[in-house]
Amino acid sequence: MKRDILLHMRSMSKHYPGVQALDSVDFDLFAGEIHALVGENGAGKSTLTKILAGAEQSDSGTIEVSGRTIAIREPADARRLGIGIIYQEFKLVPELSVAENIFLGDERRFLRHGFVRFSLMHAEASKVLSRLGETIDPVLPVRKLSVSQRQIVEIAKALSNHVRILAMDEPTASLTDREVENLFAVMRNLKTDGVGIIYISHRIEEIFRIADRITVLRDGKLIHSCPVAEADSEMLVKWMVGREADREAHQWSPKGIAPSQRREILRIENLTSDRVHGISFGLDRGEILGLAGLTGSGRTELVRLIFGAERRSSGRIVVDGREVSVRSPGDAIKAGIGLLTEDRNLDGLVLQMSILENITLSSLSDVAFGPFVNGSKERRAASELVRRLRIKTRSVETPVETLSGGNRQKVVLGRWLMTQCNILIFDEPTAGIDIAVKREIHALIRGLASEGRGIIVISSELPELLQLCDRIAVLCDGIVAGILTREEATQERLMKLATSYA
Amino acid sequence: MKNLYQSFGIGFALLVEIAIFSALSPHFFTTDNLLNVMLQISITAIVAVGMTFVILTAGIDLSVGSLMAFVGVVATSMLKLDLRLEYAFPLAMLAGLLLGAASGLIAGTLVTRFRITPFIVTLALMTIWRGLAFVYTEGRPVWELPEAFALLGNGRTLGIPNPTIVMIVVFVTAYVVLSHTRFGRYIYAIGGNPEAARLAGIGVKRIVTQVYVVCGVLSAASGILLASRMNSGQPNAGIMYELDVIAAVVVGGTSLFGGRGTVTGTFLGSLLIGVLRNGLNLLNVGSYVQQVVVGVVILLAVLLDQWKKR
Ligand SMILES: Nc1ncnc2c1ncn2[C@@H]1O[C@H](COP(=O)(O)OP(=O)(O)OP(=O)(O)O)[C@@H](O)[C@H]1O
Ligand SMILES: [Mg+2]
Repeated sequence: MKRDILLHMRSMSKHYPGVQALDSVDFDLFAGEIHALVGENGAGKSTLTKILAGAEQSDSGTIEVSGRTIAIREPADARRLGIGIIYQEFKLVPELSVAENIFLGDERRFLRHGFVRFSLMHAEASKVLSRLGETIDPVLPVRKLSVSQRQIVEIAKALSNHVRILAMDEPTASLTDREVENLFAVMRNLKTDGVGIIYISHRIEEIFRIADRITVLRDGKLIHSCPVAEADSEMLVKWMVGREADREAHQWSPKGIAPSQRREILRIENLTSDRVHGISFGLDRGEILGLAGLTGSGRTELVRLIFGAERRSSGRIVVDGREVSVRSPGDAIKAGIGLLTEDRNLDGLVLQMSILENITLSSLSDVAFGPFVNGSKERRAASELVRRLRIKTRSVETPVETLSGGNRQKVVLGRWLMTQCNILIFDEPTAGIDIAVKREIHALIRGLASEGRGIIVISSELPELLQLCDRIAVLCDGIVAGILTREEATQERLMKLATSYA
Repeated sequence: MKNLYQSFGIGFALLVEIAIFSALSPHFFTTDNLLNVMLQISITAIVAVGMTFVILTAGIDLSVGSLMAFVGVVATSMLKLDLRLEYAFPLAMLAGLLLGAASGLIAGTLVTRFRITPFIVTLALMTIWRGLAFVYTEGRPVWELPEAFALLGNGRTLGIPNPTIVMIVVFVTAYVVLSHTRFGRYIYAIGGNPEAARLAGIGVKRIVTQVYVVCGVLSAASGILLASRMNSGQPNAGIMYELDVIAAVVVGGTSLFGGRGTVTGTFLGSLLIGVLRNGLNLLNVGSYVQQVVVGVVILLAVLLDQWKKR
């Protein structure tokens, strides 16, 4: 099969203050090919796609599309050339509807006598969404969607146009298995239509399933490029991090805490709101409890209720045997409960503040003397976490908005590691985090548990839960469909429970 | 040129301004005149500090000018109570400052608990305080005040005008609060991303309310100084001050969207506008033309700020 070179980016370089994000990288893409772009957090993957999208300008290098050298100065240029982008950090407008977001900047398609025909737009939006196997109401404002639904809208937006080149920057970071399957089916269809796809993901197994070729970046440099058949996951990790990775992160013996200390630290009784109904469970010191379920099953809602981020209509929260009144996140933190939320940009980080300020935001009282923040103490604590989490940055003063997606995630994680909370809830803790650091974060979470804290983890990746948790509670339609122990849990049984009422 | 501007920002613009006026007028760069400029900006600059706090939380306070007048007439009228001055004086000051705090508390509560936008809340308070100032005085200024009161705003300590000393103390304190305390850090966090701040455990409503109280108290202090400068309580004092104050804050680089800005910027912004007015006066530029020039300079300063960010 002879294939045409669709896209050729030659010696692309991009410098940001303090970092060479791209250092003369060559990248090409054939029609009808899925080309995976992999690398550690901050390796330069998103930067390459942003340049292709016209959202950033390269310092040097040329871009050829179908053999013609072209200039992409702004996103409209890219759109005209048939280039579609799914951004890692969402670019949706929260107040606009799903349909309006999908067709943002492209409303002219629906003009009749100078007015936008919304009925047409909604019908068209539903059509695009159904290609992805989704039934999100196109009239809803994006603000009301879950993170994975927002991701779907972001994908739909890229597909709404007739694209020849599609760059997908971590489209699956917050999707559940079923949604990933639907997405892959769509990608295979596009492929047969001759679309070239650039696919960025930290989920290694996905890459081996879907990609034809792999290109590895490290510190902005091209390290290796080869057909997927010539690589395996160990080699891939080695190329990414530049050294042999520890084969399996520290062996984990479940409940590594003495039985005498295994008292219950948290008990939820009958927790109820609009979307979850009568949820009860307990959590022991030293235990890691997983929450599984499909999108919309109420996992995020449940943990937000426990944390006081949303109002519950009834139910009790018992910490260390005493009922606590949790009316706000502040109350929750005082009771020793911390929550890492699922969308770092929306409600996790204050983007214009520095890494340092974001890390210490919830524990300022620990580094303060009365009302005064002790600058050197604060800096020491934050620097320690930056080192431990390997946040790629020149200094702790760097504004978080200039960090890559994965490094942003590490900053929020750092904030909760710094608090003295004995109950830590992580909603998608490793979304967008590279494989090497992911192993470290798993080890870290286990470490927190063995210190005697109680941990709750939500993950849309079942293998992650199976690897990490002592027990896994499965939610379905806002109800606990079942709780499985580590020994009982398998991917099939979890899936079965997750769809038990559907 | 761009690099130079980027490192010094508004300070650079200020230097250019000073250089121009020094060249054009022999009376400009003298100790007396510079102290005079400082005195002239003191009253608005003190309020601008409070306004900086409010704007950092992505709010706005339009009530400051009216509040100054209301506090002014209430405090001066208390000086005329049949009491010995040792008692009446502190009592009047205290009442004025409490009034300012109460105004801030009302604004903050309406903004945070009743979720009315700051613009509307303080617009309403602006007309309410102005109206009450007239109602309270029946439209007549409060005259014939004890001599000691005039000293507060017109006297000097160690050769420096008293309002300027108050201004310096307020700026230094505000600087420390914003950059070295938890309260200050929370203000930036709330302005930058209120939902993230709430989920980090910050009592957003409490902090925002406190910020309006700070602005109210500083406006009250300014209102008292203004009354003392005029040696009377004028119900129509401070009309349109809110706009001068907001201009100083914005020229100083604080973002109206919240989360970005410093009091150092606000100080330089106040100075930039103050020096401009003073210089134009020395050059005998008429007040109508002055208004135009000040407006143009405000636009230029904000444009330069945009350019700097690029
Ligand atoms: N606007 C910016 N200003 C300064 N530095 C930036 C900016 N955007 C990106 N960078 C830096 O460029 C480097 C590459 O970032 P990029 O977002 O391309 O990484 P990535 O490979 O997509 O990582 P991740 O897997 O975490 O998403 C990082 O060191 C990042 O901090
Ligand atoms: Mg990225």
